[in-house]
Amino acid sequence: MLCMAGLGITLGPTALLVGCANTAPAVYREPAGMFRAVNRIGWGATQAQLDQATQLGWADYVDRQLKADPKAPLAPAVQPQLDGLSISRREMSTIVAEVDTLRREQDKPPTEPERVRARQAYQAALNLPTREAGHRQILRQLYSEQQLLEQMSWFWFNHFNVHQYKRELRVLLPDYEEAALRPQALGSFRQLLGAVARHPAMQRYLDNDQNGAGKPNENYARELLELHTLGVDGGYSQRDVQELARVLTGFGTRFESGRPKLKPEQEALYVRQGLFEFNPARHDFGEKTVLGRQIKGSGSAELDEVLDLLVAHPSTARYISRKLAVYFLADQPPQALVDSMAAVFSRSQGDIGATLRVLLLAPEFAAAQPTKFKDPQHYLLSGLRASYGDTVILNSQPVLAWLRRLGQGLYDKQTPDGYPMNSSAWNSAGQLSTRFELARTIGGGTAALFKTETVEAVSPPKPKLADGALYQRSLQALMSPASREALTRADTPQQWNALLLSSPEFMYR
Amino acid sequence: MQRRHLLQALASAPLLSAGTRLFAAPEGSTERSRFLLVFLRGGYDAANLLVPISSSHYYEQRPKIAIARPGDGVETALPVSADWGLHPALRESVYPLLQQGQGLFIPFAGSDDLTRSHFETQDSIELGQNLQGSRDFQSGFMNRLAAELGARQAISFTDQLPICFRGPAKIGNAALREGPRPAVDAKSRALLSSMYAGQPLLEQVEEGFALRDEIARELSPAVMKEMDAASRNAISAKGFELEARRIARLMRGRVQLGFVDVGGWDTHVAQGGATGTLATRFEELGRGLAAYAEELGLQAWQRTTVMVISEFGRTFRENGNRGTDHGHGSVFWLLGGGLGKSGVAGEQTALNAKTLHQQRDYPVLNEYRGVLGGLWQRQFGLSNEAVARIFPGAVARDLQLV
Repeated sequence: MLCMAGLGITLGPTALLVGCANTAPAVYREPAGMFRAVNRIGWGATQAQLDQATQLGWADYVDRQLKADPKAPLAPAVQPQLDGLSISRREMSTIVAEVDTLRREQDKPPTEPERVRARQAYQAALNLPTREAGHRQILRQLYSEQQLLEQMSWFWFNHFNVHQYKRELRVLLPDYEEAALRPQALGSFRQLLGAVARHPAMQRYLDNDQNGAGKPNENYARELLELHTLGVDGGYSQRDVQELARVLTGFGTRFESGRPKLKPEQEALYVRQGLFEFNPARHDFGEKTVLGRQIKGSGSAELDEVLDLLVAHPSTARYISRKLAVYFLADQPPQALVDSMAAVFSRSQGDIGATLRVLLLAPEFAAAQPTKFKDPQHYLLSGLRASYGDTVILNSQPVLAWLRRLGQGLYDKQTPDGYPMNSSAWNSAGQLSTRFELARTIGGGTAALFKTETVEAVSPPKPKLADGALYQRSLQALMSPASREALTRADTPQQWNALLLSSPEFMYR
Repeated sequence: MQRRHLLQALASAPLLSAGTRLFAAPEGSTERSRFLLVFLRGGYDAANLLVPISSSHYYEQRPKIAIARPGDGVETALPVSADWGLHPALRESVYPLLQQGQGLFIPFAGSDDLTRSHFETQDSIELGQNLQGSRDFQSGFMNRLAAELGARQAISFTDQLPICFRGPAKIGNAALREGPRPAVDAKSRALLSSMYAGQPLLEQVEEGFALRDEIARELSPAVMKEMDAASRNAISAKGFELEARRIARLMRGRVQLGFVDVGGWDTHVAQGGATGTLATRFEELGRGLAAYAEELGLQAWQRTTVMVISEFGRTFRENGNRGTDHGHGSVFWLLGGGLGKSGVAGEQTALNAKTLHQQRDYPVLNEYRGVLGGLWQRQFGLSNEAVARIFPGAVARDLQLV
């Protein structure tokens, strides 16, 4: 069989998948080439991952990563930390009810000191769920073998971004990540879109719970078209936004028990799933026209009709494919590759795994050089993975603080567009200075990562990257002569670590 | 009585001083002109900032959130002209600047971008290029202005470099919310420089080192203490006010161009009126801008302008949730010690159902590129050619702002 993948010749998606999947381009036989590829589809390559990918071959490694199980537990050394979180043990509706009780109780005690305590208890309960979600995310990214799943879980949160400090989102956000985004992170875009649309976090973040017949609020309708599906140049008009907003009337949330008072003929149209509801009394039952399609006023089924329409639209296939390629490959990904991905996305009705597979097995992916500039989260996580390997951190608060300092705080992006993905957003002078400072912190051994208020590690690890297998067997091959020369002049292992993590080579995926 | 007095003071302000001559550098003076751009991200509700008090349509369209016409209560608009009033949250901060001939508002200002998307419009404004045709997404208008004036004199006071400052002129950035950070030790610094020699990121790396040094110098512990003392409020300066004071400190030195952004203006729900969410934001912003002027000092403030912009205005009519949705035309603010005038500038129209853009928003009559180009021609003495390089395809409009 003739395989031209390694020659950089652009092939159609079928040829790529059938003809070349089993014949890895030569670059994957080099440690440096394999390092770059593995590094790019996870939160920083570790030597264990590299060994596995080398043994399986790139294509099989990719397929294994694509078949990830969102429910698989982490290693026994980490999983108990996740199991112990309150968000792992209690339903969102339970947490919402508890927090709401504390909110109502806070002003009731007779004396001021008691009221202060009650208010603090309410604030603590309000903050806890998202704080735990941050810890859960960081642990998974650091220690899961299903690195591509963890990348894609982050990617979709960023794509369907919500901000923790809007209304009471801090209580809803852990479930949004876990129940709406994660199960389909490598699965069906259509199901993902539907789960997001019906999650109280998105309903509240984009104010759609306040969108009612005769009292329109266009916020969610606009972002659904602009950011979630078609893209800003995807071919919709202000009229489409207004019409879609009418379709979305009546969808919202209900935190209290029971249902609203409805006319008898509307009873059967009412929908309630957990804290999400469709209230026919607030829905505009008139006929709408969205993107040229007539939508008959039928109730909650209109949403599914519109989402089907959006997923099938060629603009959505192009927009999502391009965004994936920008995230994993380059600020300006090759158009032919994006087209191949979009074709598979359309043909498969938005199969995310199949679309990704085109990208990851493409010759352009193997040929990518120089590779993609890391965003702050990839930079920090890859530094931690390189420095501490399997030694499990107990406290992720320092990591979250570093992310905020680099301008990419977890759940901190206020606007629905999520964080940008191009290098110019992250490689400014101020950002690089801060990276150098944090490289010193991470490379020097951060004791704060290994203790909590109650538990202290016996002896926090002192990383020594120079002697590690990752550097010796893989990373070293990437370093320029100037970087190697500088490393030889480090006075201490800490300084050596900091220099490696600050090097130009370590700034790229 | 008091109200009539203020109106008179504002009306006569344009006659107070000689305007543009203040900005032409005096012979032998080392005092340079400075410009700070403040970007309100989220599309702030301009119609409740500069209130169209002569428009009955405004009061009809906003039954729950309108700001009352100037009157005796503290919750009424502050008089600016027969047609306009200012939100009362700015009574103690920006309004005194107006009374001193140091503040102008430019209503019906903005971009012709009609996507009503925050992100698309913010980006297109920051790029400052033609909306039609191919655009260079790596070149923003502040970067091109910096290139005209000398790139070493610009800083973005943000964690990330904003699009408007991206481009070939390497601009440093440092958020000042938290004060100065320790620099890297000398040996590591030298080794890092050697690693990046010949690499594409070298310029940013060196600029980052230089900027850390400068901030450590300008915001020494003694200076920080002095600034706290300067904010004479019972409560010590915090939030945007403190940040604005630090920015002023750096701009007292070599920095000629600055940028800072302030978020939280996307008021779809329960934005309030004379008090409430938006009023609080206005109050914080106004306090910061007044603190900036004070910290800069009289001499520097004389030669400084601050332009406050936002990606678009909001719907003229309030929505069903006592908020407003994405609109079109906005109101820009221009502050400066040497303006020599106050009030309202630029092309205007009466506000009624017929004059609204698409029956819902302020029209854009003062396109932002022309407005800024015209300001900088007067302030920095830029040629038509220079303005054309900064804003390709746009023509400077002289609104006689300074």
